[in-house]
Amino acid sequence: MSTQSMSFNLRVWRQDGPQAPGRLVDYKVVDISPEMSFLEMLDELNVQLIRRGERPVEFDSDCREGICGMCGLVITGVAHGPLPATTTCTLRMRHFQDGQTIEVEPFRAAAFPIVRDLVVDRSALDRIIQAGGFVSQNAGSAPDGNAVPVPKDDAENAMDAAACIGCGACVAACPNASAFLFTSAKVSQLAYLPQGRPEARRRVAGMVRQMDLEGFGNCTNHGECEAVCPKEVSIQHIARMRKEYWKAILG
Amino acid sequence: MNQTYLNAPPEESARILDARIPPGPLERKWTDHRGHVPLVSPANKRKHTILVVGTGLAGGAAAASLGELGYRVLNFCIQDSPRRAHSVAAQGGINASKNYQNDGDSDFRLFYDTVKGGDFRAREANVYRLAELSGAIIDQCVAQGVPFAREYGGTLANRSFGGAQVSRTFYARGQTGQQLLLGAYGSLMRQVAAGTVTMLARREMLDLVVVDGRARGIVVRNLVTGELETYAGDAVLLATGGYSTVFYLSTNAVNCNNSAAWRCHKRGAFFANPCFTQIHPTCIPQEAETQSKLTLMSESLRNDGRVWVPAKPEDRRSPAEIPDPERDYYLERIYPAFGNLVPRDIASRAAKRMCDEGKGVGSTGRAVYLDFQAALERLGRPVIAERYGNLFHMYEEITAEDPYRVPMRIYPAPHYTMGGLWVDYNLMTTIPGLFALGEANFSDHGANRLGASALMQGLADGYFVIPYTLGAYLAEWRPQAISTDHEAFGQAVTEVRQGIQRLMEVGGKEPVRDLWRRLGHVCWERVGMSREASGLAKALEEIRNLRKVFWQDLCIPGGQQELNRSLEMAIRVADYLEFAELLAMDALHREESCGGHFREEYRTPEGEALRDDERFSYVAAWEYTGDLQRPRLHKEHLTFEHVQPGQRSYK
Ligand SMILES: Cc1cc2nc3c(=O)[nH]c(=O)nc-3n(C[C@H](O)[C@H](O)[C@H](O)COP(=O)(O)OP(=O)(O)OC[C@H]3O[C@@H](n4cnc5c(N)ncnc54)[C@H](O)[C@@H]3O)c2cc1C
Ligand code: FES
Repeated sequence: MSTQSMSFNLRVWRQDGPQAPGRLVDYKVVDISPEMSFLEMLDELNVQLIRRGERPVEFDSDCREGICGMCGLVITGVAHGPLPATTTCTLRMRHFQDGQTIEVEPFRAAAFPIVRDLVVDRSALDRIIQAGGFVSQNAGSAPDGNAVPVPKDDAENAMDAAACIGCGACVAACPNASAFLFTSAKVSQLAYLPQGRPEARRRVAGMVRQMDLEGFGNCTNHGECEAVCPKEVSIQHIARMRKEYWKAILG
Repeated sequence: MNQTYLNAPPEESARILDARIPPGPLERKWTDHRGHVPLVSPANKRKHTILVVGTGLAGGAAAASLGELGYRVLNFCIQDSPRRAHSVAAQGGINASKNYQNDGDSDFRLFYDTVKGGDFRAREANVYRLAELSGAIIDQCVAQGVPFAREYGGTLANRSFGGAQVSRTFYARGQTGQQLLLGAYGSLMRQVAAGTVTMLARREMLDLVVVDGRARGIVVRNLVTGELETYAGDAVLLATGGYSTVFYLSTNAVNCNNSAAWRCHKRGAFFANPCFTQIHPTCIPQEAETQSKLTLMSESLRNDGRVWVPAKPEDRRSPAEIPDPERDYYLERIYPAFGNLVPRDIASRAAKRMCDEGKGVGSTGRAVYLDFQAALERLGRPVIAERYGNLFHMYEEITAEDPYRVPMRIYPAPHYTMGGLWVDYNLMTTIPGLFALGEANFSDHGANRLGASALMQGLADGYFVIPYTLGAYLAEWRPQAISTDHEAFGQAVTEVRQGIQRLMEVGGKEPVRDLWRRLGHVCWERVGMSREASGLAKALEEIRNLRKVFWQDLCIPGGQQELNRSLEMAIRVADYLEFAELLAMDALHREESCGGHFREEYRTPEGEALRDDERFSYVAAWEYTGDLQRPRLHKEHLTFEHVQPGQRSYK
């Protein structure tokens, strides 16, 4: 591991509250090691700010290993930054150039109001799930786990879709702020599995309806969502959701 | 050894703690208990408000199941969505005694392995129930649409996991926790839509409200507005996870904390076995001071990876330059029966021993190799990629080294806490109406948890235990409704507000993160993987000093009535600075080595943990007396009728 120290010119979105005006503020961070994650770099910035008596930058994070979906920043124009298949928390500073200027902004979408600085409200995604993203299965009434065989390929495909961490990068990257990739991942996961079939129609109809109600845009096949998805969820799921949707609507 | 206490040995209560274990033979206890407890009628269930704190596997499963039964549930979590609870990070898998592999598994064997794995410090009746319920968990999750790994024939796949000789672990690639949690989350969202569960995210519980000796409500801070809110109910379920972040660096998420449990402790809930902490053997070693967390490399890697160090101390050659005869595959050498699959406590201590002997590798010398060369030659890259691809990718992302070519470097890190709030068989704490579920309680893993058993416990507690035992509590008591106008709520809010005020007013210069890091350092060095009386006494002193420093030097910029992460963190660290003292005191009082609690003074000639069943075959449940330095010790004596405590041998 190198012991080299880096510095960066940051332009960070600061906003005191949902209604307050926001702006980009310039900061210089020094003494950053290439092994640090992007969020550790921001931690360092915050330590420097606190020591100077300034208000630290607020951002969301939890697991810091790319699985909880809590973090998410637009880094110089790209949701989760320049590296494919990476979350903001697992992105290392060695992928940036010493002295580089980096813009740091929140995930923006009409359906994701800003809470403070880089923190946004993504509860709309929970409401999409509430509209049908589950199997109606009460605890206690399940048959034996091996009662219904599931072809290995179906299980694998379902798992590919289920890998979604619900971070909302797909929405932030989409020119229409569409939540198609997020929604289709759940629809597709449950469509692949026999356990999901009984409610398939109701599910897709309900979830798509909620997506519209929340103010997410339509999908016009830009593919930006797939490009930034940290779990490489494929837009093939969108195609599958469309199919499921028409089946549901046309009966 | 008494002179090592700063004051005097802990005061011991004469009262015997009653775990309320049902009578009858082990394998009938739960069934009979379930069949005889009083029930709440369906019409009455909706009249009961239940406060569930936490949305991990334990809290999420409990809230969903209680909603399905018709209770009115309020569910709280710190994150912006319940789907982000730290259960999401579990990688390896979940155990169940299905015996699908026909390799000799059974409820009894899972029970036996767990009691032995816990170094005979767990309660037999609870562990048996856990094993008994394990199969139903898998059924439930499959029915929810959890995409478990499958065989070509379409049946569920299994793998073996550390410390077990049968293949009983179910998994969904390296994301088992995520998939199980999303299953529970789906059920929870269904209940939210149905109107039985109200979800209150970005809320942090800061106090418990006790009325007439029973848990009747909570005080939470709205993390967006800073407002203090109160909620009243007929029972409070705490499913707030573990306290590994007392060590600052751990495999846990950065918001994991012990505050809810600690504040319940201060309201009368006993805290059990705080010194039983698990240090996981396979984590990516720490590289820098500024690191904010440590990353686990799933234990499943030990199925195919071989652990080794250079046979000669201070050998600085690169791994490729060290020929096989000059390597020490020490786990295979010392523990031929289990080899690389020995339980976590054993593997972690062995790694530490190797590094202490100067055989550690990497830039810091605090790491050992986990090598896949042999497995790659035997199975080929595609098989290894299918099994561990995502872990290898994660490792490379962090270290910039390719584990297909260079052996991984790993080192133990704080990971899981077996200790927690004391609960009886019904998961109720010493405060009636306050229940603790999942990692937040102490119950099932004794002094060491086996791999793939925490997910099992969280879900057993949430889906299958609490729906019965909570009902029994309510049916027996028949509570009158209570509102937050009751003076006890006002009082609790005032106390919380004053606490926050005090933190805001310290007016020092230190960011809370730095103070937390210092506490973590003390805990890791003196109350970590190995402990020793004088070091523990020193830890107590250092923790007390650090507490003083904290209350002089802390700096929290910004205000209270807004989103303020520095304040959130300061609240948690202030509680940790108190809790850490109990952790060290418990470690000091337990003059034996067992499971994850290793005291240098108590070891076999080969250096293994030496238990003292004569004196310490009990659960140490600590009561808060108002004086942090004088907690009162209550003992729950453990009796073993079905597994005879012996020295755990994995040789
Ligand atoms: C990296 C990692 C890998 C693991 N792998 C495995 C594995 O393969 N197999 C296995 O069996 N176990 C594994 N474990 C252990 C297992 O994941 C955990 O023990 C278990 O998931 C804990 O579940 P829980 O529901 O008790 O708590 P958590 O999932 O931690 O949930 C805690 C909840 O409480 C909330 N909360 C906490 N405090 C408050 C408060 N004051 N107010 C409001 N809400 C609060 C949080 O927001 C969260 O919703 C792993 C653990 C880690 C860290
Ligand atoms: S913090 Fe969990 S995914 Fe980044």
